[in-house]
Amino acid sequence: MTALTDAPPAYLRGAPAAKLPPPPDRAGILAWLRANLFSSPANVALTLICVVLIAWLVPPLVRFLLIEAVWSGDDREACLPSPNNPHPGACWAFIRVWLSYFVYGFYPIGQRWRVDVFFAALAFGIVWMLWLSAPRRDIGAVYFFVALPIASSMLLRGFPPIGLIDVSTTLWGGILVTIVVATVGMVASLPLGILLALGRRSSIPVVRILSVIFIEFVRGVPLITVLFMASVMLPLFVPERLAPDKLVRAYIGVALFASAYMAEVVRGGLAAMPRGQYEAAQALGLTYWRMMLLVILPQALRVTLPNIVNTFIGLFKDTSLVFVVGIFDFLRTIEVARGDPRWASPIVSITGYAFAILFYFICCYSMSRYARRVEARLARRAAIKGS
Amino acid sequence: MEKRSEASGVDPGLPDVAVEIIALNKWYGEFHVLRDIDLKVARGERIVICGPSGGGKSTLLRCINRLEDWQRGRIVVDGIELTDDPRHIVAVRRDVGMVFQHFNLFPHLTVLENCTLAPIWVRRMPKHDAEALAMRYLERVKIPEQAPKYPARLSGGQQQRVAIARALCMNPDIMLFDEPTSALDPEMVKEVLDTMVELASDGITMLVVSHEMGFARQVASRVILMDDGQIVEINEPKGFFEQPQHERTRLFLQQILR
Repeated sequence: MTALTDAPPAYLRGAPAAKLPPPPDRAGILAWLRANLFSSPANVALTLICVVLIAWLVPPLVRFLLIEAVWSGDDREACLPSPNNPHPGACWAFIRVWLSYFVYGFYPIGQRWRVDVFFAALAFGIVWMLWLSAPRRDIGAVYFFVALPIASSMLLRGFPPIGLIDVSTTLWGGILVTIVVATVGMVASLPLGILLALGRRSSIPVVRILSVIFIEFVRGVPLITVLFMASVMLPLFVPERLAPDKLVRAYIGVALFASAYMAEVVRGGLAAMPRGQYEAAQALGLTYWRMMLLVILPQALRVTLPNIVNTFIGLFKDTSLVFVVGIFDFLRTIEVARGDPRWASPIVSITGYAFAILFYFICCYSMSRYARRVEARLARRAAIKGS
Repeated sequence: MEKRSEASGVDPGLPDVAVEIIALNKWYGEFHVLRDIDLKVARGERIVICGPSGGGKSTLLRCINRLEDWQRGRIVVDGIELTDDPRHIVAVRRDVGMVFQHFNLFPHLTVLENCTLAPIWVRRMPKHDAEALAMRYLERVKIPEQAPKYPARLSGGQQQRVAIARALCMNPDIMLFDEPTSALDPEMVKEVLDTMVELASDGITMLVVSHEMGFARQVASRVILMDDGQIVEINEPKGFFEQPQHERTRLFLQQILR
């Protein structure tokens, strides 16, 4: 002790140290290149490999898809080798001719404006829901989850009292079906998945066991099987004249399947919540549902957002399996069109698949980008909150 | 809304006994965590519970608003017996405020929203009134300027004061404090204790699990020592600190008052 008190202070600050701004970042292209591409021998090697790969892949792809592509024509002749074009590329003429089939399926030509209206209404709803600072998102939610499904159902299926003639779902096809099945699956699986996740953590044994059985059973079975079951077994339980049509059975199958996965995703988020949050909510006298809706789920869903979107992306691509129960989704319409004798040729098939890849990629990549942006925004907010 | 006016004492409509605990026994598996607890807390009393960790202090406190259940014995709060009936549990929780060691504020809500959540959704108070009420209590804990911020931007002491305001917004008859200063940096302990001292002078019934012996001396009506799941000694602060009756109490006081 004596040493501490008796020794003269070795150092005593006289004036306060100046508060300085941080030094500027090292800028410039060269600095960026060195930091990101050539920072270590392994990095240099990777960079070179990537350059070689790009040089090897990209030019032929561009040549095939754009430079040598055939943009117009009425049948396969246009896309075959000819003196003018000895190595024809992608046959976009095929896509142009069949585009309306890819979008609408066999939806009657005179009624297709109804599908366009549906697409517009859906896009409007999606933007309203996804744009986080949009006005009155509560009304948006009602529009999206209540008004839109009812109105679209009347619009697309037909509602004779207001002059919309019935259009059987067997005529629906293409992107229309893909979008409808995916949207129904997403809109239904989120709430169902939340309920199942809550059920799995419930203190009531019956609820818990039923939830576990449902989740594990559905997750343990391939989607194709679920679809077959929905289309074959459902009519066994429901009287013939009440039996829902094929498309509705597919919705149910997809929605049930997705909700089992969603349940596990949401459960992860719920498990990540500290116990103190539950206790604080209970101590304030909130009932179970209020606690969940006001305190737990808003936080848990935020944590899970990337995984929710991941499930949605999987679901979107899985919709291409509904063809097994005889529904003409987008991919199936391409399959049908490429087999048309007037067009059939290897290049036409490749073009059809390239178009499908483009469509699925654009849809899934935008979902993924959106999720990343929301995540970044939440992280930023958390940083502001925490700083 | 004004069940109890700001500075007055007791609502005459409530029974004189705020909390009655009768032959309470609780086990965690094989571990007998609460052993035969009997305790009667009169309205307006301020009880400080201390004792070594693992002695069952927090568990006992958490039984009073049924965050923990028990196997044998009874607890009656404000004349309502706590049973498995969720209506009784919610009725008790509405009247019993709780402050936690780790604050447990809701991070996704602002300070103001933290305070108005329960009044709006449990007491069914109009939003405007709830906000006015919340601002009054935030002023009382001296941080009204923090109302629009998110909890993570506040210091620990400020967060704990928000937690106190949040509990007070339900106009509780009884306040439970579970080691309210243990998670705080030393510099911030005082601001929270000052708030609690002020609250004590209002005559609200308080049960506080704490090792702040200065606080116990100053405001407690009775001090309890719990060890090994039992109540070892209950005494008025003067007797408790100056003439502890039980050997265990003497030992404990020696340990912490060194």
